Amino acid sequence: MEVVLRNLTKRFPGRDRKKREDVIAVDNFNFEIPDGKLIGLLGPSGCGKSTTLNLISGLLKPTGGRIFFGEDDVTDLPPENRGIGLVFQNYALYPHLTVKQNILFPLQNLKGKDKLSKGEMLEKVTEAARLVQIEDLMDRKPAELSGGQQQRVAIARALVKMPRVLLLDEPLSNLDARLRLKTREEIRRIQRKTGITTIFVTHDQEEAMSISDMIVVMKDGVVQQIGKPQEVYDSPENLFVARFLGTPPINLFEGQVKNGQLYIGEDAVLRLRGIENQEVFVGIRPEGFILQEDGPFCCTLNGVEVMGRDISVVSQNKASLNQSIRAIVGAEHLAGIGKERQATETKVRFALRPHKVFLFSRETEKRIDFEELPIGGSTVSTACDMRGDKYEENKTL
Amino acid sequence: MKKTKLSDSSLKGWLYLLPAILFLGIFMVYPLIDVFIYSFEEGYNSASQTYFGIGWYNYSYILHDPYFLQAVKNTFILVMITVPLSTGIALLISVALSSIKPLRELFQTIYFLPYVTNTLAVGLVFMILFKKTAYTDGLVNLFLNWFGGSSVDFIDGPYQAKMFVLCFYTIWVVMPFKILILTSALSSVDQVYYNAAKVDGTSKFRTFMRITLPMISPMIFYLVITGFIGAFKAYSDAVALFGTNLNAAEMNTIVGYVYDMLYGDSGGYPSYASAAAIILFSIVLTITCINLLISKKKVHY
Amino acid sequence: MTTDYGKIEKTAKTRKTVLNTITYILLILWAVIVLFPFYWMILTSVKSYSAYNSEYIPAFITLSPTMQNYVDAFTAVPLGRYFVNTVIFTVATTAIMLFVITLAAFAFARLDFKGKNIAFMIFLSLMMIPNELVIITNFVTVTNLDMRNSFPGLILPSVTSVFYIYLLKENFEQIPDSLYYAAKVDGTSDLKYLLRVMIPISKPTLITITILKVIECWNSYVWPRLITDDENYFLVSNGIQEIRENGFGRENIPAMMAAVVVISLPLIILFLIFRKKVMAGVSRGGTKG
Repeated sequence: MEVVLRNLTKRFPGRDRKKREDVIAVDNFNFEIPDGKLIGLLGPSGCGKSTTLNLISGLLKPTGGRIFFGEDDVTDLPPENRGIGLVFQNYALYPHLTVKQNILFPLQNLKGKDKLSKGEMLEKVTEAARLVQIEDLMDRKPAELSGGQQQRVAIARALVKMPRVLLLDEPLSNLDARLRLKTREEIRRIQRKTGITTIFVTHDQEEAMSISDMIVVMKDGVVQQIGKPQEVYDSPENLFVARFLGTPPINLFEGQVKNGQLYIGEDAVLRLRGIENQEVFVGIRPEGFILQEDGPFCCTLNGVEVMGRDISVVSQNKASLNQSIRAIVGAEHLAGIGKERQATETKVRFALRPHKVFLFSRETEKRIDFEELPIGGSTVSTACDMRGDKYEENKTL
Repeated sequence: MKKTKLSDSSLKGWLYLLPAILFLGIFMVYPLIDVFIYSFEEGYNSASQTYFGIGWYNYSYILHDPYFLQAVKNTFILVMITVPLSTGIALLISVALSSIKPLRELFQTIYFLPYVTNTLAVGLVFMILFKKTAYTDGLVNLFLNWFGGSSVDFIDGPYQAKMFVLCFYTIWVVMPFKILILTSALSSVDQVYYNAAKVDGTSKFRTFMRITLPMISPMIFYLVITGFIGAFKAYSDAVALFGTNLNAAEMNTIVGYVYDMLYGDSGGYPSYASAAAIILFSIVLTITCINLLISKKKVHY
Repeated sequence: MTTDYGKIEKTAKTRKTVLNTITYILLILWAVIVLFPFYWMILTSVKSYSAYNSEYIPAFITLSPTMQNYVDAFTAVPLGRYFVNTVIFTVATTAIMLFVITLAAFAFARLDFKGKNIAFMIFLSLMMIPNELVIITNFVTVTNLDMRNSFPGLILPSVTSVFYIYLLKENFEQIPDSLYYAAKVDGTSDLKYLLRVMIPISKPTLITITILKVIECWNSYVWPRLITDDENYFLVSNGIQEIRENGFGRENIPAMMAAVVVISLPLIILFLIFRKKVMAGVSRGGTKG
């Protein structure tokens, strides 16, 4: 089922007695969710992603805008008539009912022509239970189940009515790390198998990236970017999206574009074209660094973290907006690190992969497109000069 | 998730509340207003439902009524004796109970029994134990004789003896609740404090005075306040021991006076009853407020 | 100088033993005081009338127990009727009250409506009103409605309890909101949610309230006394008073004691079965009366 959100807006009345300003939880959300896809709604807490989910479910009424399921305008329908399944963050299993009774519960509410016979109900319950692989837990109470099992029961309960749309609110946040990996594959598998359009909310970008067909990044009620995970990661539309996606997070610097060169501190790190001289924020993905003995970008080495296949080079630079810079390089480079010493400090030099470098306007924080030129000898700075004092102040973002 | 408004109709909420509002309105709010009106209606006649005028006469009448004064005196004596005594004994027993392991549950069960018994029924047993008749002096007098005392009729005899039985029975009745509250208060004191005190070599008595008592003081004050309120409303204990004609037995309580004014041989005067009830309520309110004021200063929360 | 640990140990041990002994003596003493009236009433109830009256010095045991007094208790006075009346009164009052307070608690805990907070404040303030203050008008009201000597007159004034509404509301509010939303998504109506989810989850509290109310009903005396003077509507408390004043003749004490045993037994059995629940319930919110 296709889900279309048109100018969806939700305002809550302000809590503050003095300032009666409304809080805008969702602002003018437009999106067409294609049929049968798994969509991740992503953003930090308070960004409006849960509100959006509740608007789609019908638990909240929008202040403005419409919601369509396929051709049907469901904006004014109560939740039970929308044909949705909803899985809650804490699962919301009825503690006094067994697993079977929990899954049965939604079916028993059906009235009129939708009413099912006892046999049909049990059949559906068994089917749903088989789908999430909990057939042997049917007579237990929720309290006797592990977190992962409860999650499966909750999904089974949401699926038993064969909803048109399945909604999951932070489905993995109550699970421990190992279960999380397993369960997210499970969700993917179930979604594939049923083909139900599924929307889930999460604050964990890794979770969203790993299983979604599409992700929606939100901030302060405003959609920042919509797209396939890899697309969004590779070309974030603004600083927020760039920062929010990726582990380890993107490295940020204050930099400037001057005469076709990108400067970070005193180092001219890239040659580029098609961009005016201006102050910018520079974002470099951890995998965008290349260890190179005569590389243009010079940093002070803090240490190296070995992760097996890769190593993470931790260093510092005066222009950096993060506490430290993190570069991921192949483990074969381990031996070459830390040879260059200046006074008490060990230096490390990088060249950069241009497509892993993003420039953002200082004013609008929007990404600025540029055309890279091959890294030529003239951009390489010879001295590793760390006296970039002019950037000392003003390092907050 | 935020609490959200799902139903637009306030009607539904009020519909669910309706039975409660109806019953409370008829049997609680209306009577509350009415009782004040009654208490100021002079010469109200319950048969014709007429009255002469408005004023303080009802109050002045009962304040000059010797039966009422007797009832006030009895009630105050009862309160002053039973509240501190029952709280003290309950504390003693609770501490003893908390310090033992074997048989604790058995004792707790036994101690709770009076709570679930019918006050009137067991009062009858007490009467028999204390009563002196032509046929027998009764069991209590038997004990008295053993210890060299002479027999007293506790039920129809001297005032002090009757008051003693009333206090004794009242304490017997209120103990279960107090023991229960205090034992659970005692068990909720963290064992860590006791261990710390033990390591410091603090004596048991000092531990009790300096650690246990302050920690459970909120519960003690709760018991004192509810004890006062309960004892001021004493009535059925007295009826159980001395029968319904409490005025004749000189054992009436304020609540008993209210009911006597309302109903029975001397009844039919709702105005006097209302005035007495309001006086009782003012006394209870005043004492509760004083208690709360003291507790604010003394109780360690 | 060396410390004599042996001596310290011995003194400590002696002190502990003495303290322990005193503790147990105290506990046993109070247990005897509590239990003795029960023992005495059972003992007396099985003594024959003639045996009892011939004992100037009461005997602590009886060698020839008789059940005759129990027979008398049910035949000479209408104890059976008092008993049935009390059961009807208790069951009806408790059932209606549970209905009323559940709906009210649900409204306060789960529904949103205009004026809810004010209504709740008013309810709370009613908790402070003592029964003695309102009983006078209620007596007049019930008399005027011609409901004296009737079950409605007995039952209706005590079918609401603000305190229990409060207790249940607190309990309802502990049920996570998400259960409600889950039920909403499944198309469960408010009433059905109350019946199928909230009530089953709150069963422990409802049982506690039921037990406390049953105890209160079984022992209630004042209101029934005011509102009934027809023996056919007496409850056990009034019955026992009636028996005492006009029943077997003042002196048939064994028969009276048999009646007392019969009256006391149901609650004691109830208590022994639900001991933990009763005690937990009372410590959560009960005072005598």
